[in-house]
Amino acid sequence: MAAGPMKMRATLGAGYTDVRVLMTHPMETGQRKDSDGKLIPLHFIQQVTVKLNGRAVVEGQISQGISRNPVFSFRIKGGAKGDRIEVSWLDNNGETNKTEAAVA
Amino acid sequence: MTLMKPMRRILLGALLAFFFKPLAALAASWNKDAFGAKNAADVLKGLGASGAAPSKDVVIEAPQIAENGAVVPIEIVSNVPGTTSIVVLIEKNPFPLAGVFEFMDGALPFVRLNVKMGETSDVRVIAEAGGRRYTATKEIKVTIGGCGG
Repeated sequence: MAAGPMKMRATLGAGYTDVRVLMTHPMETGQRKDSDGKLIPLHFIQQVTVKLNGRAVVEGQISQGISRNPVFSFRIKGGAKGDRIEVSWLDNNGETNKTEAAVA
Repeated sequence: MTLMKPMRRILLGALLAFFFKPLAALAASWNKDAFGAKNAADVLKGLGASGAAPSKDVVIEAPQIAENGAVVPIEIVSNVPGTTSIVVLIEKNPFPLAGVFEFMDGALPFVRLNVKMGETSDVRVIAEAGGRRYTATKEIKVTIGGCGG
């Protein structure tokens, strides 16, 4: 399975904005074998960045111990309708992806 | 032919070096030592995060029993004022460090994530605030492991 699209939702909560993001990624541990018994190489997201109106607010470093197709929730202080949230990732092969949404 | 092969190696090596250098620079902040460590003590050493004091202000919400170790949801909140980072370790995983999250001005010290768990293990969270470290653990029982399967 290859890395693919992302989905994100940013909604106003009580005093904070809830950011929920899904990334399509195999998060291979390098310990699994394919049907021919060959090891599937390590392939996983290493960095996750959350930006609010273009400014980084959360920087995450993650391991292959995160589940396949990672789902994360983050919380941003306050926030207002229309604020731009961007989430991006970078994996160990140098692949990247990002998605953007306005707070609803 | 005998000459061609080493030649090709060298060319390939040069090409790889060319392409991978900028990538390595990009990924510079990924802590290789801590993420490559195979036990919790070495992870903490790699992060320079030893000596955390137990605290009830670091809250871990997770199921007591995870039926599927491939996807175990964990929610973490630090109620320690001024928390700037949260570290998540699954102590018995082959590589215990699951993630390090840094929170800048504008973000709450909160994260919800799904982790893989190979077996029943303590989940350890370390929150850093004002140069001090606070920790909490929670045991999650796993009935079917999520690594290797």
